[in-house]
Amino acid sequence: MIEVRGLTKRYGDKIAVNDLTFGIEPGKVTGFLGPNGAGKTTTMRLILGLDYPNAGTVTVDGQLYRDMAYPMREVGALLEAKAVHGGRNAYNHLLCLAQTNNLPKQRVGQVLELVGLSEVARKRSKGFSLGMSQRLGIAATLLGDPHVLMFDEPVNGLDPEGILWIRNLMKALAAEGRTVFVSSHLMSEMENTADHLIVIGKGKLIADCSMSEFIARSTGSAVQVRTPSPDQLVLAIAAKGGTATTQPDGTLLVRGMTTDVVGDIAFEQGIRVHELALMRASLEEAFMELTADSVEYRAGVPDATANIGSGV
Amino acid sequence: MATTTAAPSQRLSTLPPAAGRAGLAGALRSEFTKLRSVRSTYWTIAALFIVSVGIAAIAGAAITANLHSNPGNKAGLDSTQSVLGGFFELGQLVVAVLGALVITSEYSTGMIRTSLTAMPRRGTVYAAKLIVFTVVTLVITVVTSFVAFFVGQSLLSGSGVSASLFHSVTIPANAIPSGPGGPGNGPPPVTFSGTDVISPGTVLTAIIGSALFVTSVALIAYGLGAIIRHTAGAITSAIGLMFVIPIIVQLLPNTWRWDIMRFFPDEAGRVLSVTIGQSNPHLWSAWPQFGVTLIYAAVLVGVGGYLFRKRDA
Repeated sequence: MIEVRGLTKRYGDKIAVNDLTFGIEPGKVTGFLGPNGAGKTTTMRLILGLDYPNAGTVTVDGQLYRDMAYPMREVGALLEAKAVHGGRNAYNHLLCLAQTNNLPKQRVGQVLELVGLSEVARKRSKGFSLGMSQRLGIAATLLGDPHVLMFDEPVNGLDPEGILWIRNLMKALAAEGRTVFVSSHLMSEMENTADHLIVIGKGKLIADCSMSEFIARSTGSAVQVRTPSPDQLVLAIAAKGGTATTQPDGTLLVRGMTTDVVGDIAFEQGIRVHELALMRASLEEAFMELTADSVEYRAGVPDATANIGSGV
Repeated sequence: MATTTAAPSQRLSTLPPAAGRAGLAGALRSEFTKLRSVRSTYWTIAALFIVSVGIAAIAGAAITANLHSNPGNKAGLDSTQSVLGGFFELGQLVVAVLGALVITSEYSTGMIRTSLTAMPRRGTVYAAKLIVFTVVTLVITVVTSFVAFFVGQSLLSGSGVSASLFHSVTIPANAIPSGPGGPGNGPPPVTFSGTDVISPGTVLTAIIGSALFVTSVALIAYGLGAIIRHTAGAITSAIGLMFVIPIIVQLLPNTWRWDIMRFFPDEAGRVLSVTIGQSNPHLWSAWPQFGVTLIYAAVLVGVGGYLFRKRDA
């Protein structure tokens, strides 16, 4: 359990994290979302004590990180995959970390095996691809068998294979009952992995809710339905307070309802449904909408999202 | 490289619980692993050895050749200091690079964030790094100093001025030309008077003292590295302190430059390596002068440690 209370951090005049308060529950994947520059990395650095806050506290299981008897047994964190001495080989890199926490030497071989780097254990990490560096960083987080794991933008720059590997790993770690706290600036990244979401923008908390709440809450949320009897379904949905519009390809676009509700309505009315899908883009749009006021470096807003905003 | 797309098939084995607390012992092991697992450590040690022993050999051979043509130079010749000159003058530069790198490479690579995530008690990390580096440097400089001495002296054997660690050596104190010399007639004849006795104890002090001096310069660079957190900046500052400021002082008027020279950290090497007389009456004697260098090292290491703990990583 990570508890962040009133956390504030300034760099000069710039406020990076502004009175942030939230908690991270164990046994879940908690997504930490926000546009670039929202303060996600700073928050993680503050949790680990790499930076000192101007105000507020962070505790992990009730303790300050630096006071833990064996920090690596409590928290495994990967903020930057390339934050390693490139001249040191993978084995020695992990060994020097393991030694600080009196972890057994054979642990190094085990985690290298787990992330699939055994064959390059004696190679200097300078020559590693980003994907390999990412695996090395993850190996380091697992050395102490910690119950809390933190990853900062772990899939950034990875190829699809690497992304899939990391997603599966995070799910597996959470399934083992560990707390997984993972940041991203992409909503789509969280869709498949996170159970809970913490959204920040310009250093401030915007949302702290479960993924399903977030979906329900988002005004732009849309469900696409393909049915042989669209007219009947439009009426049924309207009767339950939703709005459905027919799209040029004949499918219906339902707003203000989740896939569950639309499916139930169709079932109750005995309407055949051939396709029922949450519009993937809509989640991204909901996120954009939420953080629209807090994007730090804004480019011209592309038209594609303009019509969504009008739904507010 | 083996790539596993699927989730890790094998679950990570659980660790047995541990009692106690991560502390200095683990941090020391970790810092030693760090130091021995990068090439720059070996390069700088090799450079130190080559520079120090190489110059010792050159000095030994050059003195032998010189005494052949000018036997009068034998008088009062401090062969120990001559042979160790390369070690304590240039060797300090090489270990200064190592001292700076030990800490600045953590910042230039970003490793510091990984290190402090593994071990967030910064005072422990700083102390462990300092202890490991100091012990390793001390061992290396003592070995280098002895090897430089023996190699240099072996090339001086038979010259009559070679110092020894095992017995006292007596050399003439003064030389007076006693006749014409020149080409064809061989070296000019000289008459020697007085004696200087070089005891093994003095020689040992010079060898060990030079190594201690070089080690303390390494610590000055380490402290500067912790303060500046930038490799080039730290090395430049160390060179400035040890080489450039003394040159500037040399340019000051004689009337008062002698009075301030003794307060600079670079003078101790020359005083510690002396085996005959005192090299400069304006400086303190060997150990107090070395104390000045140590004070510089202590202050810089202390300020570096304070900043290491206080600043954002």
